[in-house]
Amino acid sequence: MNGAQALVKCLEAEKVKYVFGYSGVAICPFYDAVYHSNLKTVLIRTEQNAAHAASGMARLTGKAAVCAVTSGPGATNLITGIATAFADSIPMICITGQVNSELIGSDVFQEADITGAVESFVKYSYLVKDPDDVPRIVKEAFYIANSGRPGPVLIDFPSDVQNAELKKAFDYPDDVKLRTYKPTVKGNTLQIKKVIKELEKARKPLICAGGGVHLCNAVPELMEFVNEYKVPVVSTMMGIGVLPTEHPLYFGMVGNNGSPAANRAMREADMIIMLGARVADRAVNQPEVLTENTVLVHIDVDPAEIGKNAGATIPIVGDAKHILKDMNEYEVDTDTDEWIKELEGYRRDLKVLRPEHPGYVDPALFVRKLSEKLEDTAVYVADVGQNQIWSCRNHIVRKGRFLTSGGMGTMGYSIPAAMGAKLASPDRQVVAVCGDGSFQMSMMELATIMQYNVDVKIIVMRNNYLGMVRQYEHFSLKDRYMMVDIGTLPKLDDIASAYGMGYVLIKDMTDVSKKIDQVLKSKGACLCECLVDPMDLV
Amino acid sequence: MKRIFSVLVENRSGVLWRVAGLFSRRGFNISSLAVGETDDPERSLMTILSKGNDRTLEQIEKQLNKKIDVIKVKTFDESKAVCRELMLIKVKYNKGNRREIMETCEVMGAEIVDMSETLMMIQICDTPEKIQLMISMLAQVSVVEVARTGTLALQKCLED
Repeated sequence: MNGAQALVKCLEAEKVKYVFGYSGVAICPFYDAVYHSNLKTVLIRTEQNAAHAASGMARLTGKAAVCAVTSGPGATNLITGIATAFADSIPMICITGQVNSELIGSDVFQEADITGAVESFVKYSYLVKDPDDVPRIVKEAFYIANSGRPGPVLIDFPSDVQNAELKKAFDYPDDVKLRTYKPTVKGNTLQIKKVIKELEKARKPLICAGGGVHLCNAVPELMEFVNEYKVPVVSTMMGIGVLPTEHPLYFGMVGNNGSPAANRAMREADMIIMLGARVADRAVNQPEVLTENTVLVHIDVDPAEIGKNAGATIPIVGDAKHILKDMNEYEVDTDTDEWIKELEGYRRDLKVLRPEHPGYVDPALFVRKLSEKLEDTAVYVADVGQNQIWSCRNHIVRKGRFLTSGGMGTMGYSIPAAMGAKLASPDRQVVAVCGDGSFQMSMMELATIMQYNVDVKIIVMRNNYLGMVRQYEHFSLKDRYMMVDIGTLPKLDDIASAYGMGYVLIKDMTDVSKKIDQVLKSKGACLCECLVDPMDLV
Repeated sequence: MKRIFSVLVENRSGVLWRVAGLFSRRGFNISSLAVGETDDPERSLMTILSKGNDRTLEQIEKQLNKKIDVIKVKTFDESKAVCRELMLIKVKYNKGNRREIMETCEVMGAEIVDMSETLMMIQICDTPEKIQLMISMLAQVSVVEVARTGTLALQKCLED
């Protein structure tokens, strides 16, 4: 058995089903080993999207997904995808082929120092020097990627080591021996008791839930906590879907682009529990205000996040699932009826008012309509730009998921991520919603979608502008529009037909309902173009 | 505020770079950095002197702890530690100032470890303040080259 075959055996032991990637000479031994295995491969059209597809898959399965590309440009193309996953704490194993060990450092053809280049975007990285290390390295890599605060781990694998025979018998270890890495997942009991005590005193408690709740699958525990103690919830962008959007105690997304009711709730609350949320700039732009008159509880599995942006009154290191489970054991008398009534008032009265745009599709109304028609468990993948904000504000999550690139804001995320999500759960409906800018960043993946027969519906909100930046230039640069006009090409109906996929055009709101049905009921992948007013604002 | 971070790490390739990279990536300051193997050849100890406000210093410790190659981070003030630095300094001398340089060395507890007809190499091992003082004392002579180890520090015995 050689190193590459050992790696494939390890992936099988980790129950990996798919490898997303792109070939090249330096990764050929690996893919040759995959040839003799049961792993399924997806040949993506550019490496960045291999990482995004793995990210979409990982977010649905809750386990690290795998991408594998060749050395040099293959590896460097992957970096944006890795950074995107890192920013949102998505578990991922990235395998890169590397030139022969003895050539490393001599700038030969397609050599890049990838472990060096990705250092600040990965949880850890390995350069394999001995094929006998493969089982230990892969075991560690999966453990590191999946545990604690999840994140990408990169394994750089020189092709001679891939081809070298193992000297020892292959043995995949049952557990890891890492003396330096032992993430704390269970919260400190004394700290939890303090939270319970404060919760009894609080008149206006509020949970601000982030992506961490999804990452440790704490949705059921949160639901129990909220229903039991009647504590209202708001979420960050990454936290969307921790409660169904129409749950009576959910009050929307916080932040610059959030709902006014949610932001008002954050300002009025006398106790805020940040639950698996970073207190990042987009969600909380003045963290010092947050801590002034509020009891701030910060729960995060990564101790470095606590106190980084806001000083917490009660810090608890641990994951949301364990801590909520422990908190659910207590009997707490909360009295939040009045507070909830107040918040219901905000939800009713504070609305983002949008002017009408006759003759165009209203993206907000469209997203509402689309959500209504989606199946309960549907996966909605929003891209980056105005489409993302319209999606965040208007999509109604029931039992489904809402995925987007939150931390990095990587355009082009939605199509490959939707593909990964669909392959992870073929039974769920999956839609990708993007703008005409982000669509063109991943348009090449239509070929992959058709080749592998992946049934995702792609909605393109077309306004012929990079709308989010145009909007910024409108407000901040007195309408000096630079580098935002992307013109009216390509014709998307031609694109759809070139790739052999279905196409639906929605010009305005007149028969939007029927058209959405047409998209959702179409057989296989479908491209839906919505004409949005170029001057529309979020 | 100044602070010493005594960082026990796995002794393998790339670790120094990962730790140093963390400081530059997050804009943390490094006043001095010294690394060496410990009694266990599988571990190295990095002594890093940094400064910043309380929040930065706390972040440095937490971010160091996140690194998978980091075994243990201890942090303490200079006052709670014994700090030493070794310096080799090469100076040009002449008949006129030879005596004076030798007197300075004697007063400062420094040693002349090598010399030629025009050059003299002086070794001093002392606290970082004394090293600084030695440099300023010799500044009036013509200094040719200076090599310093950076601060090494261990917490005082009583504190342990």
